[in-house]
Amino acid sequence: MWDYTPIVKDHFLNPRNVGDIPDADAVGEVGSLACGDALKLYLKLDENKDKIVDAKFQTFGCASAIASSSALTEMVKGKTLDEALAISNQEIADFLGGLPEEKMHCSVMGQEALEVAIAKYRGEPIPEHDSEHDHGHAYPDYEGEIVCKCFGITDTFLKKVIETNRLTTAEQVTHFTKAGGACGGCIPKIQELIAQVLGSEDLQPRKRPEKLSNMKKMQLIQEVLERDIRPLLWADGGDLELIDIDGSRVQVAFRKACAGCASSGNTARMVEAKLRDLVAEDIVVEEVSA
Amino acid sequence: MKEIYLDNNATTKVDEAVFEEMRPYFCELYGNPSSMHFFGGQVQGKVTEARQRVAELLGASPEEIIFTACGTESDNAAIRSALEVFPDRRHVITSRVEHPAVLTQCRNLTQKGYRVTEIGVDGAGRLDMDELKAAVDTDTAIVSLMWANNETGVIFPVEEAAAIAKSKGALFHSDAVQAIGKIPINMADSGIDMLSLSGHKLHAPKGIGVLYLRRGTPFRPFLVGGHQEKSRRAGTENAAAIIALGKACQLADQYMEAENTTVKAMRDRLQNALMTAIPNARINGGGAERLPNTTSIAFEFVEGEAILLLLSELGICASSGSACTSGSLEPSHVLRAMGVPFTCAHGSIRFSLSRYTTDAEIDTVIREMPPIIARLRQMSPFGREFLKGQA
Repeated sequence: MWDYTPIVKDHFLNPRNVGDIPDADAVGEVGSLACGDALKLYLKLDENKDKIVDAKFQTFGCASAIASSSALTEMVKGKTLDEALAISNQEIADFLGGLPEEKMHCSVMGQEALEVAIAKYRGEPIPEHDSEHDHGHAYPDYEGEIVCKCFGITDTFLKKVIETNRLTTAEQVTHFTKAGGACGGCIPKIQELIAQVLGSEDLQPRKRPEKLSNMKKMQLIQEVLERDIRPLLWADGGDLELIDIDGSRVQVAFRKACAGCASSGNTARMVEAKLRDLVAEDIVVEEVSA
Repeated sequence: MKEIYLDNNATTKVDEAVFEEMRPYFCELYGNPSSMHFFGGQVQGKVTEARQRVAELLGASPEEIIFTACGTESDNAAIRSALEVFPDRRHVITSRVEHPAVLTQCRNLTQKGYRVTEIGVDGAGRLDMDELKAAVDTDTAIVSLMWANNETGVIFPVEEAAAIAKSKGALFHSDAVQAIGKIPINMADSGIDMLSLSGHKLHAPKGIGVLYLRRGTPFRPFLVGGHQEKSRRAGTENAAAIIALGKACQLADQYMEAENTTVKAMRDRLQNALMTAIPNARINGGGAERLPNTTSIAFEFVEGEAILLLLSELGICASSGSACTSGSLEPSHVLRAMGVPFTCAHGSIRFSLSRYTTDAEIDTVIREMPPIIARLRQMSPFGREFLKGQA
């Protein structure tokens, strides 16, 4: 069972502001039946068309989607449009006393609906997706290349979520945006985006020396494992241990969440790719059970 | 709050008689059944009796029963053994709707160079037998197909499938974890080579399973070490749980008829009442032969986790094939394989009954479920559109 906070439970069992506003000034809709969650948000402005005086919602989705929508409507009331736009998904989650990480995409959905509603009200363009895979997510100001075809999510949007929430793994990005959560085909692309956002100054320009002595190579392998790889695994509750280095053969054992993980094979390939990139082309990573 | 427990495909209550049977084997009769003294010997006597009782329920011989730690271990042991027995055969067949205990292992095998075929199902969850016939060849080491599906209760024609596997010399394994104790099984009159059973699905405790291994079937053990279970599964016997499982199997035999009359009648009454009271719902696998205790119903325009939590507020325990309960983002692989329409794939609820279920409990669910669906549809933009169209 999910570990929902009492505030999440309260907003799920007694949602505030369910319904519609017939003469709403702004309406924002995101999500779809196929996606598994959707939110329709109504905003009513004061006579100066500046402050939000009322907000209502309709949500199709799980408990945290309903609670996030309810929280959002409470948070925006009394705010100006610009103040409302400044609300981050993390603030929605904080309002609820936190959300399980797997459910963070529910708070992101609330923030998206708000942005769509305000963009439509202001007459700003909302990108029309023509992809048949697009399940209806629409992100104002997030035009760009579609990365996740299953959920219709663009690179611009993903970069923004990675940056604001300081995400370091593809799995986290899935938890926050759903991208990569269906067929998984875009996970390498998501990893690239993470590297672009987090590592532009750090991971990319590191030059690798041309010819390495064995001793130097071993040192470098250890350094890369410590600095670039283990922190990534820690983020997912996993770890690895360096067992042996024999020339270019690197033997590692996965620990904690990585041990026995069905996708440890993929993790091993990720480690190998990183070592090849930063140490030497010919490195082979082997997973051992020691 | 008194629970109304309709999640018996997840796990079951340990029968009081089963618990009494195992109770002495912790603090008093704690000997090791392998020991050469009277104190261990009396435990061994009870383990032998338990093996006999399990064998009777399955229509098997006692030496065909290997005790394991769980259904997952039995599934893993069966498939791994077949691959070791036939090192030259590099093909494995399973179905798209298997339990992860089988499916994950098979998918991992593709990374080790094996060819894996996942047989599809039709809209009612029935196995595509033509696809199976076409898939089996002399490269196939093992065909592993579940007896009954955990989510929908749909029963596969495993005997027919076993005959197809045998025609090309492949071994046949069935994950019968959901079927055993609910429908009669007779291995004496069967072509199945290996079968998995899990104690906690039939009112024994968690942590005990069985791998049935037909006499004469080649086998390579998964756990090696001591000589326990005739060296087919090393490790000190979980004597108390084995004794409990023996008792549970004896009781399952006695209750088999009730399971297929009383329990089935309650299941039918529940699903018929809900289908009548709630528009735009469908029974997943309704057109197929199913276990007597299981029904999975998909409700359009609402999401499963929200339904489960509202039921849970009333003490009603059920399960869902929805994405949000599992932490994944897609509806269950079983419902997807069946092609359940996307308008209701996220809103499926599974009720699984047991011999402890009462008519009064069913009445409560019949009363409480319609307002929960109506409430969530009122809250859902799609539900509101639908309700508007109805008005």
